[in-house]
Amino acid sequence: MTLEALRALREGKKAEIDRRETDGKDVHIIIGMGTCGIAAGAKQVLEAFIDEIAAKKIENVTVKQTGCMGLCYVEPTVEVKVPGMPDTIYGKVDADVARKILKDHVVGKKLVSDHIFDRPSTDILK
Amino acid sequence: MVKKSYILVCGGSACEASKADAIYESFKKVLEEEGLKNDVQVVKTGCFGFCEKGPIVKILPEEEFYVEVKPEDAEEIVHETIIKGRPVQRLLYKDKDLKVDPKADKFDMSKIGFYQKQFRIVLRNCGFIDPENIDEYIARDGYQALEKAITQLGPDGIINEMKTSGLRGRGGAGFPTWIKWNTTKGVTADQKYVVCNADEGDPGAYMDRSTLEGDPHSVLEAMTIAGYCVGASKGIIYIRAEYPLAIKRLEVAMKQSREYGLLGDDILGTGFNFDIEIRLGAGAFVCGEETALLRSIEGNRGMPTPKPPFPAVEGLWHCPTVINNVETYANVPVIILKGGEWFKQIGTEKSPGTKVFALTGKINNSGLVEVPMGTTLREIIYDIGGGIRNGKAFKAVQTGGPSGGVITTENLDTGIDFDALAKIGSMMGSGGMIVMSEEDCIVDVVKFYMTFCVDESCGKCSPCRIGTRKLLDYLTKISNGNGTMEDLDKMTEIGMAMKKAALCGLGQTAANPVLSTMRYFKDEYIEHVKDKKCVAGKCINLIRYEIDPSKCIGCTLCSKRCPAGAITGEKKMAHKIDQSKCVKCGECYKGCKFGAISKI
Repeated sequence: MTLEALRALREGKKAEIDRRETDGKDVHIIIGMGTCGIAAGAKQVLEAFIDEIAAKKIENVTVKQTGCMGLCYVEPTVEVKVPGMPDTIYGKVDADVARKILKDHVVGKKLVSDHIFDRPSTDILK
Repeated sequence: MVKKSYILVCGGSACEASKADAIYESFKKVLEEEGLKNDVQVVKTGCFGFCEKGPIVKILPEEEFYVEVKPEDAEEIVHETIIKGRPVQRLLYKDKDLKVDPKADKFDMSKIGFYQKQFRIVLRNCGFIDPENIDEYIARDGYQALEKAITQLGPDGIINEMKTSGLRGRGGAGFPTWIKWNTTKGVTADQKYVVCNADEGDPGAYMDRSTLEGDPHSVLEAMTIAGYCVGASKGIIYIRAEYPLAIKRLEVAMKQSREYGLLGDDILGTGFNFDIEIRLGAGAFVCGEETALLRSIEGNRGMPTPKPPFPAVEGLWHCPTVINNVETYANVPVIILKGGEWFKQIGTEKSPGTKVFALTGKINNSGLVEVPMGTTLREIIYDIGGGIRNGKAFKAVQTGGPSGGVITTENLDTGIDFDALAKIGSMMGSGGMIVMSEEDCIVDVVKFYMTFCVDESCGKCSPCRIGTRKLLDYLTKISNGNGTMEDLDKMTEIGMAMKKAALCGLGQTAANPVLSTMRYFKDEYIEHVKDKKCVAGKCINLIRYEIDPSKCIGCTLCSKRCPAGAITGEKKMAHKIDQSKCVKCGECYKGCKFGAISKI
């Protein structure tokens, strides 16, 4: 193996190992993967996020799964936490919206207004 | 392909022993059944360090941290966490002091006391990558240090970084690593060697084993860098045969490195040749001493030779040889990559960097911890280790194994580094840390270490061969209740003589447990000698069990439990112990439900 080949291999494998890394990542994308979410296509959304992050080499982002967020009528739901911005829950997300969230919200720091749903039951949590 | 989730199963020896293998297989099976084989990867990693609660399973990037997992739990974890994103509550680690916001979305692993004060350089990849997959090591900047060393730094540049970093040998003595390398580099010879000392022998120490099991490539890369720096083309890893898993992982790693051209001829097309082979040690403690180790590699009996000549000048087969310990090597790639200046900022001024300790004994969270030098013992024992088991009082901690000494309450706030430990009469050693509670008897513990040293002394020099035997004789005499005050003085005298006259490190330090406990626990020795008493109740010839006739209701339980038939008595009548038959096993004491038996 040559130096160039080693470098290429390292770059190629970085995305894969980076998915496992959680330290120092401050943007969190949390996808509701309850039965309702999965039925509405949450799996495809999850895939879209992971593929797009790898393709665009967006750093500092973890994509996690969680259970049902209680907003079953607008599934699939995705919560996005970016430092300095309000925690936002998006509803009716599909692969295209997922890519838009990454482009506008995570990278561009602008909310994707058509799909925002507030954090549910904040009064109950208190 | 990027996976959605990763299931990391600890594959260290401790977790393997509690069925980590079966857990790994069972995850694979469940994922296959659920059709998730391509979405989720199961990774068998090296030691997570938290051996107390093993086997450990971690789900990433969800960061769920499951403890004491059983193979049959795999199905629930996959169904709940992987498919539905919900934690399996009953398997989560519960820290009684854990300050976690119950409203928080996620359980934060870094808030577990055990991990909070740790800083991982040596164990950077342990519990994160699959040690049998070179690609994962490469993805974590693996072999980038080698690239930098060859293409940018050159031999002098490497020495410079090592010198700036101030890295000292982690095997115990703390000799500056760069001096060893520079000496070998400066000698002209046809053949030079790079040797890795993986003959970890201290009772209770397993830092090197875990490093090799969890991240073998870090050691291979460092040895290659050392080889390039000093001009050696051959490396040898001397590892004890009792570490089968570490040996297997090393062999796999070496095979992969050769396939990738990272070992062998013309490494990375730079024209530099270097290859490594493994030599198995038969488990003699003295072979951890560098000159004895080299003799053993040569095929001779493992006995130390006087220094000088130092191995750096005249080592293996009389050729200049760099010899470092596993943990020392594991630091090297990081130093080369991030620079000596970066490394120097961690730890203390005279001992930069971190140290890995194997925390064992009477402690709640036994396991493998890596902390910056200068961390106090109190932080390690109470914050990371979670305090003493069963709420007992702390008595002392033994560092440096049979070559070290005890550290007591008064020095709990000493920041740990090479010099600070030497100053209070112990030593860093390779990193074994055995915690003792009030239930441990100092004479008994020291006797254990001395028995170990008598067995392991190679017998070449008389101060060590005869000294350790005499010390053990005195200790046995004292624990039998026959000791005199003169014996105590004699022991100190013999210990001091061994320190000065023994040939190698083993003999020079073998008396340390005696000398250091004489300094801090003289009262306890005197108690054994004058009062013939062992308060901790470990020296069986100094204790006896007695039945209080007023409390005994004659249930006959004690006489049934007694293996020596020493307890007699009629049913519903008070029983009696025949002291001449009693073997002091304590079974009657443990069994009595009425508190009628007392230990005196």
